This record gives sequence, C-alpha cells and structure tokens, in this order.
Amino acid sequence: MKHTFSISALLATIWLANSGHYTGLLLSFGAVSVALVVWICHRMDVVDHESQPIHLTRHLPRYYAWLAVQIVASNIDVVKRVWSGNSAISPGMRRFKINQKTDIGRVIYANSINLTPGTISVTLSDNEVLVHGLTQTNLDDLDTGEMSRRVDKLEQ
Amino acid sequence: MTDLLEVISGILLLIGSGLIFTGALGVLRFPDTYSRMHAAGVTETLATTSLLMGLMLLAGWSLVLLKLIMILLFILFTSPTASHALAKAVWRDQQHKSHGEQPHDS
Repeated sequence: MKHTFSISALLATIWLANSGHYTGLLLSFGAVSVALVVWICHRMDVVDHESQPIHLTRHLPRYYAWLAVQIVASNIDVVKRVWSGNSAISPGMRRFKINQKTDIGRVIYANSINLTPGTISVTLSDNEVLVHGLTQTNLDDLDTGEMSRRVDKLEQ
Repeated sequence: MTDLLEVISGILLLIGSGLIFTGALGVLRFPDTYSRMHAAGVTETLATTSLLMGLMLLAGWSLVLLKLIMILLFILFTSPTASHALAKAVWRDQQHKSHGEQPHDS
C-alpha cells in the first residue's frame, strides 16, 4: 500500500513538473494517466520495495553526500590523468567479494562503482563483482572496502 | 545579486564545457575500450552536473528549475546502468574471442 502511494506521488510530481498547465481539464487528464500507469505497474507486479525503496530514505541523504564527494574527487583524478597521457594510467581488472545481502544493495554498490570515474563494474554475480580500474590505485581504494561498508549501513 | 548568480553560472558552464572537452580528449587518447569508458565517465557525471547546475542558476525559481533537476536525476540514475551494460558487452566479446569462438547473441 505504501509503495502504491509512493509511486503515485512520484508520477504526479513528474506530471505536474512537466505540464505547466493547471486547468481543471488538464489536471483531470493527469490524474487519469497517473492512475492508468499505477494500474499497469500493478499488473506488471513491479510495485514493491525494489522499485520504490522507501525503506532506504532515512539513510540515503548521508550516503549521497559521501558519494558526491567521492565522485568529484575521482573526476579530478581522471581529468589529471587524461591530460598527462597514457603514462599516467595502469589499467587492470580485479575481483571483489560482495557482502551485500539484498539485490538492491548489490545494485547500489555496483552503480556507485560505475558513478565514480576510474572504476567500472564489468560483471556482477551473487557474491562477486569484477571491476575494471583505470589505475591500480583506484582498485586499491575500492579494496579498502569503505564504499562497501557504507552500502551495508544503508541496507540495514 | 543577479549579476553574481550570472557570473557563478557562467563559471559552472565553463567548467562543464572544459570537462566535456577533457572527456572527449580522454576517449581519443586512452588505449583500450575500458579506459576510454573511464574518460567518458567524466562527461556523464561531473560535466553534466556542472552544466545543469549552471543552467539552474539562470532559470531561477520556476518550473524550468524542476525540469532541470529531473534531467540531472535521470542522467545520474541511468548512466551507471548504461556503462555497466557496455562494459559487460565488451567483456563477453573478449571472452568469446579468447576462446576462439564466433560471438553470438544469447
């Protein structure tokens, strides 16, 4: 029920933000289309804790703030290496264990790896992720497990 | 006040353009597909963020601001998934080649 409410609110916000016309007729069209999409989503059985992870909301802002700092830092690092050329990079692949227990935790972890330039998750299985790093330092940083620990905290 | 906002917005747009140029340079410079994807990662994270933030400052408190925020969120949600799909495709292709098989769809 709370997931249905969450997806309706989300769709209504997107509709209102994109419309800009707030007459009675158009608003009722908007309400009808939101209801239709919610009904279709229910039939597809995708309205659950995975598409609407509202149980994470409490911990998300803190994680996003940390991730934003990481993204800016690794961007600056990659920009430096682009300008100093091929001698500054040492690409490589490494496998990492995944401790996250839920699918959504694993997806958040892999997406965070992808969002920070310098590391890309290549394959993802239940207990392992294969990561390509632009430099060995990028891979070593990931190996310290800081990001993994923070995603763990998010899951709880 | 508006002058200050315009100056900050101009700086952000300039930084964004510089980062996109850097990303393009990296794509041309780096030796293999994965390394090039790291360079492209700069354009899809920090470059788009600073460009859109520059535009947000110009937009002021309006519906346009909300739309720009939505564009930014959608880009940040979809781009890691897209780059994962691309990396996985490259990996599978290399696996097939190293085993001497023809790549096939599965």
